[in-house]
Amino acid sequence: MPTKLAITGAAAVAHAMRQINPDVVAAYPITPQTPIVEYFAQFVADGVVDTVMVPVESEHSAMSAVVGSAAAGARTMTATAANGLALMFEIVYIAASMRLPIVMPIVNRALSGPINIHGDHSDAYAVRDSGWIQLFSENSQEAYDMTIIATKLAEREEVLTPAMVNLDGFITSHGVEGVEILDDEVVREFVGQWEPKYPLLDIDNPITHGPLDLFDYYFEHHRQQQEGLKNAYKALPEVFAEYEKISGRKYDFLDLYRMEDAEYVMVVMNSAASTAKYVVDELREKGIKAGLVKPWVFTPFPKKEILEALDGRKAVMVLDRAMSFGKEAPLYSLVKSALYEAKERPMMGTYVYGLGGRDVTPTMLHVPFEDAIKGELDPNEERYLGLKE
Amino acid sequence: MPVNMKQLINLVEKEDWPFTQGHRLCPGCNAPMVAKWATMTAKALGYEPVVGAATGCLEVSTTIYPFTAWNIPYIHNAFENVAATISGAEAAYRSLKNRGKLKTDKPIKFIAFGGDGGTYDIGLQSLSGAVERGHDFLYILYDNEGYMNTGNQRSGSTPPGADATTEPVGKVKTGKVQFKKNIVEIIGAHENVYAATASTSDPFDFMAKVEKGLKHEGPAFIAVLAPCVRFWRIPESTGPKVTKLAVETKYWPLYEIDRGVYKITRKPRNFKPIEEYIKSIGRFRKALQHPEYKEMIEEMQKYVDTRWERLLKLEEVTKGMYLR
Repeated sequence: MPTKLAITGAAAVAHAMRQINPDVVAAYPITPQTPIVEYFAQFVADGVVDTVMVPVESEHSAMSAVVGSAAAGARTMTATAANGLALMFEIVYIAASMRLPIVMPIVNRALSGPINIHGDHSDAYAVRDSGWIQLFSENSQEAYDMTIIATKLAEREEVLTPAMVNLDGFITSHGVEGVEILDDEVVREFVGQWEPKYPLLDIDNPITHGPLDLFDYYFEHHRQQQEGLKNAYKALPEVFAEYEKISGRKYDFLDLYRMEDAEYVMVVMNSAASTAKYVVDELREKGIKAGLVKPWVFTPFPKKEILEALDGRKAVMVLDRAMSFGKEAPLYSLVKSALYEAKERPMMGTYVYGLGGRDVTPTMLHVPFEDAIKGELDPNEERYLGLKE
Repeated sequence: MPVNMKQLINLVEKEDWPFTQGHRLCPGCNAPMVAKWATMTAKALGYEPVVGAATGCLEVSTTIYPFTAWNIPYIHNAFENVAATISGAEAAYRSLKNRGKLKTDKPIKFIAFGGDGGTYDIGLQSLSGAVERGHDFLYILYDNEGYMNTGNQRSGSTPPGADATTEPVGKVKTGKVQFKKNIVEIIGAHENVYAATASTSDPFDFMAKVEKGLKHEGPAFIAVLAPCVRFWRIPESTGPKVTKLAVETKYWPLYEIDRGVYKITRKPRNFKPIEEYIKSIGRFRKALQHPEYKEMIEEMQKYVDTRWERLLKLEEVTKGMYLR
């Protein structure tokens, strides 16, 4: 029987890791990811899991050790946030190119500078082209579920691509809510045993991992990585369906909220979607056809699903919790590009909100809807929610 | 039983080369000797070596996809992280073995290779971390005293007076002015470690140290003086001849620090002046013509003499005092 616990998002993720019981976890503490590592270290110290934990001296070494471990043939996990992810950056790309199915929760936090330890999505966006699968979660329950889903997905033979599970720093990682935890055996059976095809430790069939790849093959290998992500896109609905069977919770590329007849649609990721849903409900009570699209999957980007969800709507307002300096905000530019082939292009607006952990209020999220209803959206003007100007 | 010639010959007769011919390192390069001797020693002792390498000549010249000169499991990750990478692999080995998931019961030993750039400089943090955590691995540094893979830039290991592209000998400067960073002392100071120097002029001393390192339960480190013939500006056939001179001039003393206990493994009967070593290497040629050359040589001689005296004393006072 699943149990319901009142725990933080960090604890929820740590419980998923406990149930997955990876062979190796190598990690370094960084705010606001630290409690994940701490909870998991306690599980190891108490003998609840027999994972070998490698408490490394930096995130760069965390990702490096994780590559060594996963290449060796072990099911391997780590977790990080913001500047930790930035320090890992070089090896994040290498992990993907070596096709190692590592799972890494990212507790989203502002990427310095100036230094700020609170939540935004600049860290996740910074590695959006690294070749990792990127899943996003609105709350602790989703963070728990996505950690298990990511493990199953990353290890599929046609995918073999590492996966990040994003959850908002402090809001999700440190906020306590009710989380339904599946039975240990159910999770264990769902993720199964990891059987790598070419482990480094297969000494009878020695393999050279991470060779020098010159101009005669580098291109082809990147093409294969692209295929892995395409296959992840194909495999995701299956994995979601399998997960629904054991949990009763239904996931998809996009969380569509009151979208059946929606005319004014907000697109936003992670925890702010909860506030946005509340705002949508308020507008619906007033008879305004508001709706919300929350991508659960950011990479591979569900372009087709976005197009289907937004084609023909009156207005689309995309909210980004990070900036792309000198360019359009990341999520906005992708949604806009997805709508290139729309039969009836909606009006569009781009809004940046909640940087460095700034609070996101319902009042604030009413603004894009009001702009849309008044017909005052400008697709080329980046607007800021809650900015003191 | 230390590894002997017969065991090595057996391996050669079986043609069981862990590191094969066909790599693309320069003729006369000393790095492949280091790789071959170390992996052959491991094999001869009955271990299955699993190798990691930092980005550098050894890596880029032996693993050009789709070819490989490694007949044993091999992993390359990046420049500065071979110690962290191999510590992850070693952790995986412990975990899989513990969980009964390992497909072999043969004894696996982890060996990491790095050049001086990846060890003295950019990789020092990951090496220190891995040694402090006590992973069971042997780190072998092939020290050619510069970033030779990218064309002779200075490293923390480049000696004073050596011409390097990022610290060249010029009108007002005799090239790099600092002495080499003492990497063996740094690693030795981690205490629960076997650390040693070796030289390509003395393969049996090196192989004996490889054996000690492999048998040491925990991290081990060997710094091997291994010339880059190209940028040392020496004839292709003279690498080991030059490193012999390095040992005989006290420039590169052969010693070990076993958990805090110092031991000099080669004590030359007659020492030669440091100038003889400097003059045998082309990359000091510009410094030789520099007005400040004499002062530089005097300083170097004083330094190597003092260091030798210090080593002798350390050997005496640390006798039997294993720290851990």
